[in-house]
Amino acid sequence: MKEYLIYLAQAYPEFRRAELESLADFFGIPLDMSHHNVERPFIIVTLENDEQAKQIMKRSILSRGIYELWGQGKTYEEVHANVKETSSDRFGIYKESSFKFDFIAYKGSRSNNERMEIIQDFSYLAFEGGVRMKNPDQIFSVLEEYNVNGMEKASEPLHIYFGRQIQLSARTENVLDKYDLRKRKYIGTTSFDAELSLVTCNIGQVGPGKVTYDPFTGTGSFLVAAANFGGLPIGSDIDARALRGKGEKRNIQANFKQYGTSLNFLDVLTMDFTNNAFRQDFGIDTIVCDPPYGVREGLKVCGAKHPEKAEGRENVVIDGEKAHLRRDFIQPKKPYELSDLLDDLLFFAAERLPVGGRLAFWMPTANDDFEVNQIPQHEQLELLYNLEQVFNKWSRRLLVYVKRDETYKGETTNGLKSQNIKNFRVRYFGRFTEESR
Amino acid sequence: MKFITTNFVKCAIKGCQSSTEAFPLKYEDCQLAQEEQEYNPEFIAHMLERLNWPAIIQVAKDLGNESLPPTKPESLDPIMEDDQAVLRDLHTLLLETQIVEGRMICRNCEHVYHIKNSIPNFLLPPHLC
Repeated sequence: MKEYLIYLAQAYPEFRRAELESLADFFGIPLDMSHHNVERPFIIVTLENDEQAKQIMKRSILSRGIYELWGQGKTYEEVHANVKETSSDRFGIYKESSFKFDFIAYKGSRSNNERMEIIQDFSYLAFEGGVRMKNPDQIFSVLEEYNVNGMEKASEPLHIYFGRQIQLSARTENVLDKYDLRKRKYIGTTSFDAELSLVTCNIGQVGPGKVTYDPFTGTGSFLVAAANFGGLPIGSDIDARALRGKGEKRNIQANFKQYGTSLNFLDVLTMDFTNNAFRQDFGIDTIVCDPPYGVREGLKVCGAKHPEKAEGRENVVIDGEKAHLRRDFIQPKKPYELSDLLDDLLFFAAERLPVGGRLAFWMPTANDDFEVNQIPQHEQLELLYNLEQVFNKWSRRLLVYVKRDETYKGETTNGLKSQNIKNFRVRYFGRFTEESR
Repeated sequence: MKFITTNFVKCAIKGCQSSTEAFPLKYEDCQLAQEEQEYNPEFIAHMLERLNWPAIIQVAKDLGNESLPPTKPESLDPIMEDDQAVLRDLHTLLLETQIVEGRMICRNCEHVYHIKNSIPNFLLPPHLC
């Protein structure tokens, strides 16, 4: 076992641990992150080898890179002493390798001269392979963490690490730029942020060859994110317009072409999730979605809003053909409660996912009346993560469940229903006032 | 709608849930198009494991293709020449064949679904929800 230093991204710190744990678990790698501190940019973890470090880091969105830790300390004297004490047997391994030094000053800054001086002090490593700035065999990194108090920048680092770079993250390799919505060919008002859709797929353990289903696809934000990790995305939506797009160059297929993942893309279907057409034994490995909680559009499913008025319409005949079987028939929609939809989603996941398969979805909650029991539960699904992204008066939560086998007995509950929590849309447009409760 | 998707969907009506007739649907009046896809034999071999072969044969027949082997080709090896040809054919059929327009009919309840602009529509009228 070896110590590795992970340089974390300063984005969604509450989600970082969940992402790395999920990736490690996906690759079958034991990883203890219980000492993770959301305030700190660095964490030291223990792994068996570099291969494990590479596997995890290659997919990470909320980390920047991983380093084999050679030493650390509060001052450079401490660092050098620590490196010599714990890593001197490593010096020889890289004696002949070409190399360069990299310098990271988190929330601090160092002039080029200062950097050169610091790097010079590592000359006891006695590498002879020569410095190469482009594609060196090894990159050695000095990583400094500074403490920032208000506007004042600290002149001396709080802590210093030294290590060998093993793998930079997907984030550092610019995956966020690639999937940036502003550069995507086809987007819509419901398109989901690229960063968080990639994070959702990582925590949902989307992987190569795994069928990934988004029942509320819209413009397919989660589908392209899933394909990025080798998943086989399939989506459905009750609204055919979003699935169809705006011509050949601006639709879901065009997005897959843009990202070079057309082969992974399975298909999209116009479908009401609550009247599902997937055959019972079609293997769905992962479900990732952002259910339509109805801020932009009210939540709807197929059915008549006023059943008494719709009565007998199934007998209407046009040109000798039953009206509801014609190509141009528009299936009426009726409003539906979020609490019911979430019940349906959990039930579906419990029924269709393989043991160990994950369901990851977003749920909005009003901050003034949120209680933890509003998070829906199903007896076959264990809630692994409840990750909160806080806005002013409301939050959205990424809820991640894993399907367990028969020996697991959870409880099926739905606090939204039992506490009669109003549809989120009502609260949202009521500006979360008391009257809107 | 890709040909392969016909292997994933059945009648959406709850009353047909337990009927063996509700899958696969019957494909009628279909307008097909070929859309080129990158050929990846490993991908096809992997997908094959997920497929219900009798349903593939049935839908292919609906669409006028009766040349498929009666049993699922197993353990295809992309290096073998004979297997290579089978994988190529499957690639063309499963991934490159698009149903652009057409009707899907449940053999159990006879409900008609439409494929419009390459997207199958499984929305149900109120009396069937």
